[in-house]
Amino acid sequence: MVPERTELVDSAIPATLRQRSRASKGRVSAWVVGLSVLVSLLALLPLAFVIGVSVQTGWATIEALVFRPRVAELLVNTVLLVVITIPLCIALGVALAWLTERSDLPGRRLWSLLAVAPLAVPAFVHSYAWVSLVPPIHGLFAGVLVSVIAYFPFLYLPVSATLRRLDPAIEDVAESLGLKPWAVFFRVVVPQLRLAICGGALLVGLHLLAEYGLYAMIRFDTFTTAIFDQFKSTFNGPAANMLAGVLALCCLLMLTFESACRGNARYARVGSGSPRLQRMVRLSRKVKALALPLPIITSVLALGVPLITLGNWLIAGGVEVWGQSDVLPALKQTLLLASAGAIITTCAAIPVAWLSIRSPGRLHRILESCNYITSSLPGIVVALALVTITINFARPIYQTTLTVLLAYLLMFLPRALVSLRAGIAQAPVELENMARSLGRSPSRALWLITMRLAAPGAAAGAALVFLAITNELTATLLLAPNGTRTLATGFWAMTSEIDYAAAAPYALLMILLSLPLTGLLYHQSKRTAGR
Amino acid sequence: MNALELNSLYKSFGSRPALENVSLSVPSGSRTAIVGPSGSGKTTLLRMIAGFEFPDRGSITLNGQTLVNGSTEVPAHQRLIGYVPQDGALFPHMTVADNIGFGLPGKTASKQHRIEELLDMVALDSHMKRRWPHELSGGQQQRVALARALAQKPRLMLLDEPFSALDTGLRASMRKAVARLLADAGITTILVTHDQAEALSFADQLAVMRQGRLVQAGQPMDLYLRPHDEETALFLGDAVVIPAWVEGGIATCELGRINVHNTSHRGAAQIMLRPEQLQLSSQPQERVEGCLGVVTECDFGGNTCTLTVELKTPSPARNGLPSNRSLLVRSPGINAPMTGSTVHISTVGHAHVLMAAKV
Repeated sequence: MVPERTELVDSAIPATLRQRSRASKGRVSAWVVGLSVLVSLLALLPLAFVIGVSVQTGWATIEALVFRPRVAELLVNTVLLVVITIPLCIALGVALAWLTERSDLPGRRLWSLLAVAPLAVPAFVHSYAWVSLVPPIHGLFAGVLVSVIAYFPFLYLPVSATLRRLDPAIEDVAESLGLKPWAVFFRVVVPQLRLAICGGALLVGLHLLAEYGLYAMIRFDTFTTAIFDQFKSTFNGPAANMLAGVLALCCLLMLTFESACRGNARYARVGSGSPRLQRMVRLSRKVKALALPLPIITSVLALGVPLITLGNWLIAGGVEVWGQSDVLPALKQTLLLASAGAIITTCAAIPVAWLSIRSPGRLHRILESCNYITSSLPGIVVALALVTITINFARPIYQTTLTVLLAYLLMFLPRALVSLRAGIAQAPVELENMARSLGRSPSRALWLITMRLAAPGAAAGAALVFLAITNELTATLLLAPNGTRTLATGFWAMTSEIDYAAAAPYALLMILLSLPLTGLLYHQSKRTAGR
Repeated sequence: MNALELNSLYKSFGSRPALENVSLSVPSGSRTAIVGPSGSGKTTLLRMIAGFEFPDRGSITLNGQTLVNGSTEVPAHQRLIGYVPQDGALFPHMTVADNIGFGLPGKTASKQHRIEELLDMVALDSHMKRRWPHELSGGQQQRVALARALAQKPRLMLLDEPFSALDTGLRASMRKAVARLLADAGITTILVTHDQAEALSFADQLAVMRQGRLVQAGQPMDLYLRPHDEETALFLGDAVVIPAWVEGGIATCELGRINVHNTSHRGAAQIMLRPEQLQLSSQPQERVEGCLGVVTECDFGGNTCTLTVELKTPSPARNGLPSNRSLLVRSPGINAPMTGSTVHISTVGHAHVLMAAKV
């Protein structure tokens, strides 16, 4: 059936042809390396901006701008917020995860779903709901309350997934060695949750530092809100830039702290075979009565409050708000921006992800960590960097959609990267080799096998980026060209005019757009446990 | 005529040499097995023939065409060499039919006939076509992988431990079926395995690898009975290795006088016997060469029984301590001598004189 090919190969292909195919193979990987270096250099722009501006400003000005009571006040606010919120989030996340995964609490499947659901509500919509429910609410207490409610799912998700994956045999062994149930939990289970807790806490911490809308609405001053106000009053001045520098420093500190906490112990399961199913802890009636209020109260605060206030405003506004305001154009803009951003970001992640799986080495690890560092910088720092850089060096793209998309790329690349990496890892190199031995060229093999198998991972990554862009407020506010209004900026404009009824449709649309993706996250966390 | 020629191949990963001076000729239409402990470089060698790795030095020719030398490198997809890896590596996103048809040119519809032919060749029912890889058993997956590799009528077939994931019973029958199928199709085949029994039964030619070197190659029976050194002898099966004085084709040792093939060797040497060459009888036989021993251990294994027999005559003192040598002997499971009984040991066939270990 294939004599033509046999003959073709046997009749000694001209040496030049072979040489060329060898060279083209080299070219492919050189291209990939080149592209990923380019992407990583782009990702370093904001950091370069912070350093460059500091050098340009000079120490005397920095001293005058940074060492003043206002900055100390902001620092105290931010540190207090972080130090109080993170432990509360950890406690709530771990407690809910244990109750829904390991105990026979009534309705635990429902509670588990409701613990993830708050993710579908953008953080600034949470504070909008609280401000309209309790208008005088403000300050540190309000900041902590709304932050815990908005961000505890970031801890719940990884902790519950890890709890489900733990090998019950380890706990059995601990018990057989004479440990009491409480001791088993704290000496065996909690240490194994360390990675999940550290990762989740880092995510919450970075959000606390980066969030603008949430704190602006309840009048709690953090670095981010201060930078924003400064930017609005003095535009691209050194004051805003210096504050951004301090904020960037805080983020990097947090990153270092987390990686130190994580340690390098091994938490993977040692041994082969599939683990047995988890054992459910039977709660006594009294304990159940004590435990049940926790998920109920959490759900009421995290879901009940936003949904009820939103419902009230929607009823109060009636049909008119949908007609009067430009809700539909904003929806269209958001969909366009989010789709374009998701596609661009996912494509940019392909070379870096492919390299990190196929030829892991020091260079590629550095390239990858470049991307992670930038994404840990708050959107406001990225936005300020892009404003400064485009004004000074790339005037034609200043205040264009291109700059907005670039900001999204820098901020959300790791989300695409993580999913894509997992996807590519699903396609072992052996399959690519197989395709080559069956007569497909290296690039065809990559496309037919690896990319095809990584498609679900790529789609999940793109969906996460899409979700993030839909709810992005800070960078969009700073960078979007005149006349561009997304759901988030539209919502912000309405609430700034204290027209809460007109803001409600925007909030509703954002939640509706986020729901399917939150469902996807929930489903994925269940699936990683193999159920 | 030789189909494949490997000429002094060298390869190292970092500073660790993986292959050193490996040369091998594979006759056209034959089945060659490469055996060696894990880490001996056998899989690296196979991947090099397939074109997934390239040697640092040396050349590979197939049917007279140079695949690799100092100036040329034919990439894997132009080699037309079939490859079946350990786990089959079926494409998980394709049905059985699409997997088999992957290497075939042309439209899906025009391939159908050939796909059914190939399924039939590997003894799979044609209704399997629409199945997905995860719906197949391990043995079926291997068959599909083989059919996929056969589809492009390869000039050479490489099998990388394809039977090791299967259970014992299935393994032997798969091995026989595959050997027959490839022989019928007249395809030159190379099998890599760490299982010596598999290698001995599968191959026309056996090549033993150790620490990146090819230590010996030849017919399986030859290698089994006449290995170059003790390590190879022990790798291919149990062996009794004892010191002897060799002169004029006769080895004199604790077991008595035994014939050896090597008539020119003269002097002290190690000789090797396979356990099945030792025969036990309960009565001492006057006219038969041999010696006496006591059964100290009896490991019943069903059809055969492996006995440990301690010789009655002390062996020459080693480290200043006189000791009695223990030998492994295989005896039929029925009527095996009891532990503690005295037996007479005689030998069958020739002993093999091992080469002195290189220092």
